Amino acid sequence: MPMKLLDQPSQPLLLKGGCLLDPASGRHENHDLLLAGGRIKALAPNLNVPDARVLDVAGKWVVPGLIDMHVHLREPGGEDAETIATGTRAAVAGGFTAVAAMPNTVPVNDDQSVTRFILAQAAREGVARVYPIGCVTKGSSGRELTEMGNQVEAGCVAFSDDGKPVASAQVMRRALEYAGVFGLPIIDHCEDPTLAAGAVMNEGAVSTALGLRGMPDAAEEVMVDRNIRLAGLTGGRVHIAHISTRGAIESVRLGKATGVRVTAEVTPHHLLLTEEAVRGYDTDFRMNPPLRSEADRAACVAGLVDGTIDAIATDHAPHAREFKNVEFNAAPNGVIGLETAIPVLMDRLVATGLLAPARLVEALTVAPSRILKLEGQGSLAVDSLADVTVLDPEHPFTVDARRFRSLSRNTPFNGWRCRGSVTFTIVAGYLVHDGRGDFAG
Amino acid sequence: MTATPRVLMDAGKMDRTLARMAAEIRERESDTLAVVGIRTRGVHLAARLRDKLQRIDDRQVDFGILDINLYRDDLSMVADHPVLRKTEISFPVSGRRLVLVDDVLYTGRTIRAALDALTDLGRPTAIQLAVLVDRGLREVPIQPDFIGMAVPTQADQHVRVLVREEDGVDRVELGERVLPKREKP
Amino acid sequence: MADLSDRHLLGIEGLASEEITLILDTAESMVEIGQREIKKVPTLRGKTVVNFFYEPSTRTRSSFEIAEKRLSADIVNFSASGSSVSKGETLLDTARTLEAMEPNFIVIRHGASGAARFLADRCRASIINAGDGMHEHPTQALLDAFTMRRHKKKLAGLNVAIVGDITHSRVARSNAYLLTTMGARVTFCGPATMIPPHVECLGARVESRMEKALEGVDVIMMLRIQRERQSRLALPSLREYTRLYGLDRRRLNLAHPEALIMHPGPINRGVEIADDVADDPRSVILEQVANGVAIRMAVLYLLARNWDAHEAA
Repeated sequence: MPMKLLDQPSQPLLLKGGCLLDPASGRHENHDLLLAGGRIKALAPNLNVPDARVLDVAGKWVVPGLIDMHVHLREPGGEDAETIATGTRAAVAGGFTAVAAMPNTVPVNDDQSVTRFILAQAAREGVARVYPIGCVTKGSSGRELTEMGNQVEAGCVAFSDDGKPVASAQVMRRALEYAGVFGLPIIDHCEDPTLAAGAVMNEGAVSTALGLRGMPDAAEEVMVDRNIRLAGLTGGRVHIAHISTRGAIESVRLGKATGVRVTAEVTPHHLLLTEEAVRGYDTDFRMNPPLRSEADRAACVAGLVDGTIDAIATDHAPHAREFKNVEFNAAPNGVIGLETAIPVLMDRLVATGLLAPARLVEALTVAPSRILKLEGQGSLAVDSLADVTVLDPEHPFTVDARRFRSLSRNTPFNGWRCRGSVTFTIVAGYLVHDGRGDFAG
Repeated sequence: MTATPRVLMDAGKMDRTLARMAAEIRERESDTLAVVGIRTRGVHLAARLRDKLQRIDDRQVDFGILDINLYRDDLSMVADHPVLRKTEISFPVSGRRLVLVDDVLYTGRTIRAALDALTDLGRPTAIQLAVLVDRGLREVPIQPDFIGMAVPTQADQHVRVLVREEDGVDRVELGERVLPKREKP
Repeated sequence: MADLSDRHLLGIEGLASEEITLILDTAESMVEIGQREIKKVPTLRGKTVVNFFYEPSTRTRSSFEIAEKRLSADIVNFSASGSSVSKGETLLDTARTLEAMEPNFIVIRHGASGAARFLADRCRASIINAGDGMHEHPTQALLDAFTMRRHKKKLAGLNVAIVGDITHSRVARSNAYLLTTMGARVTFCGPATMIPPHVECLGARVESRMEKALEGVDVIMMLRIQRERQSRLALPSLREYTRLYGLDRRRLNLAHPEALIMHPGPINRGVEIADDVADDPRSVILEQVANGVAIRMAVLYLLARNWDAHEAA
C-alpha cells in the first residue's frame, strides 16, 4: 500500500488482548490499543470500539513500530539489487515501520535533489517511512562538506559517508561542528583505510588459515577513538555505525562516562556470528566491518545489554546474486537483514535469556528515534504516530531466502529455525504486513 | 549364513600340483625361462614354481612381479587389490619367453590387463599362462597353457586360494557367495 | 586404508595421516613407470582432465601434463591470458563452460584463495587444487614430503625449517599442515612483517633469527621471495632480506650435516639461496621436480578410483 494513501483517513484499528511493551514509558502490561486517523488514540485494559477493525493479538507483544536506522535501499542507481518499493516491503515483513536510508546510492545523496527524489519515491512506492541520511562530504569523497542546511530542509535526519570512513580528521572535525548547529549526528563507518586496505575479512587465525587478507581490530578502534576525541573537542554528536570490536565498545563506554556525545549501533550478524563462519569461503558471510572473533561478539552482546551500544541496526546491504556468486576476494561486502533481524535476535538472544525483551525493543525503537530525533516515533503514547509492530515470541520461523520480499538473497542466516516472528506491522494505522502463517515451515 | 566352503586342495595336494605343473612347463620349455607372478597371490605361486623349476635341472629361472591395477578396464573393481604396489621386473622382457602365473583364472580380464602391462614393458617372444585353478565362465578369449585344476563353477560361487605367506595356510576352497539361494526341491 | 575419503584434493588441511601415507606409497609405484622405456599406462584412458591455469606457471603445469599423459588421459589446457577470461568472463562462467566439456578432473591454479573450493561447490568434476591464492598447494607439499621421506626414511620426528614470506605462501601452509600431521616439527622463519597473525594455528613455531631457526634442522625449505607480491612495506629491500635470511654456506653449516636443501622453485639465485649452495650435493631441488610427476600421477589415480566407485554405486 503506497504511502500516499496515508493522506486519507483509515478505518480505526483495535488491537485486542496483547501485551503492551513500551520501553519509552516503562509500560509492560496487558492493554488494548486503538489506532485512528493515523495516530494512537487510546490504550486501556478493555477497549470496545464499534466501527473499528479488530485484530486479535492475544499472547503477542505489542510494541512501537520498529525503526532500522541503517539500511541501504539502493535506489537511485542500484535497482538490480533493491528498490525503495521492495526494500520497504522487506522492512515491513521484518516488522520495521521506518528505515533510515544511507546515501551511497548512484548518484550519492549529497544534494537536496536526491533527497527529494528518495522521499517522492517513498511516497509513491514505499510502504514504510523512509528517512534519508545525507552525505557528509560532496561526492562522498571526504574533502568538502555538503550543504547540510539544505539537506535538513529537504528531509535528511543525519549525515554519513557510509561505505567509507571520513578519513581526514580535520574534515570530521568540521563536519561535527557544522552538523552540531542542526543538532544532528555524523554517523561514521569507522575503518582506517590504510590498515584495512585490501582486507576481505577479520585478521586472525581464520584469515591466516584461509589465506585471505584480514583487517585488524585496530582498524576500527583507531577511528572510533579519533571520533570520540573529536566529538569531545567540538561538542558535536557522533554515532558509531555497525560497531564490532571489543576495543571500540570499551572506548564508547569510556567516552560516554566522560560526557562525550557518542552513540553506537550494532548489527544482528555481529551479535550472533563470528569469523569462523567464513571458513568455506561463502560470500554470504562477507561484509564490512567483517565478522570478528568470539571475544568481540560476546563484547557486542554485553555492550548492548548494558546500554553502551544504544541501538540495533541491520545495515541491510542488498547485492544482486551474480555479484555475490564469485570468489571470496572478488565479492562485494554486505548482507541483507531486514527480514531476519527479529526472528534471529528473538531466538538466540531473547529466548535464551541473554537479552531482556524490553531492551531488544528499546534498541529498535526508543534509541533510533532519539538519535535521529524522529518526531512521534519510538513510543506507544496517545497522539504518537500509529506505527505499531506486533511480535509473537513463540511462533516458529524458518529463514528461507527464496521467500524474501527483498530483491536480494545474500543473507548469512539462511535455513535458521527460529522461535519468534513478526505477526503484524502497522504504518500510520494501516496494516501493511500480516505475518500469520508466514514461514512457519 | 554361508555353507562351509568345500576344500578342493589341501596343502599337500597344492604342493604336488605345483610340482606337476613345473614338470610340464620344463617339458615344453627347453630355453631359458622367466616366470612372472601377478599380485598378490600369483606372486607366491610363481615363486614356488620358480624354485621347483630350478631344482629340476639346476638352470637359472628369472623371476618378476607384476601389479596390474593401472591396467584394469574398470577401476572400481580394484577393491580386491587395494594398495598399488610396484611392478618389479628387473630383467629385460623383450626377446624372452615368459610364463605368467596367477592363482585363479575366471573372466580372463585380469590376464588381459597383465598382457597389456607386459607388452608395455617390451616385446616378449612368447607369453604362456599358468594358473592353479581354472573356474571357467570366461568373458574374453583367454585360455591357460598350464592348469593345476579345472573346476566348473557358477557365478554365485566363489573360489579362494590361500597361501601360507599371506594367509598362514595353503588351501583352495570353493564356497557360496554371501546370500544363500532358496533350496530347489 | 585403501582410499581417499574426499573426491577432491583441495588442500592438506583435513587429510588424515593414513591418506597422506597412501598417496606417498602410491607415488612409489608411479616412479617406476617413469623409469620404463614406454612411460605410459592406460589407467586414465578415456578420461578427460582440464588444466585450468589462471596464473602463469611453467613447472607445475608441465608436471601435471606429464602426469596426465603418462596415465593416458585426454587433456584440455585452459589458461587465463588470451582467453575469454581476459575479456572479463567470471570464474563462475568459466567453470560452467568447463563443466559443459564434462571433464572428469579439473586441475585449477588461481590467484584467489578459495578458488578450488568455489569450483568444487559448483562442478561435478573432481577438483585438484594446483595452488589457490595464498591458501594451499597440496601437491607441492606432497612431493616435498615424498622427497624428504625418500632420503630420511620417515617423516615423524624430522625438524623442518621453512624460511621466507610465510604470509603469502600457500606452500608454507600446505607443508605445515602435512608435516605436523605426520609428526614432524616445523619452524617458520622470516621477517616479522612476513609472518601471519595467529600462525600457531598452522602447527608451526616461529623463530625470527635465521641462525637460531636452522640449528640442527634436518630439512631447510627456502621459499621464493615473490617480487610480484611484494610491497616495500613488508620488505625494505632484497639486499636486506638476503643479508638477514639468505641461505649461504655459513648458515647451511648450522644445520645437520646431512640436512636437505629444498625449494619449490623457481629459485632466485643470490637472493634466497646463494649460488654455491644451490648446487650443493645436499640440494634435492631437482629431485622435487621429478617427484612432482609421480605424486600427481598418484593423486589422479586415487581420485579416479573414487570417481569410478562413486559412479558404479
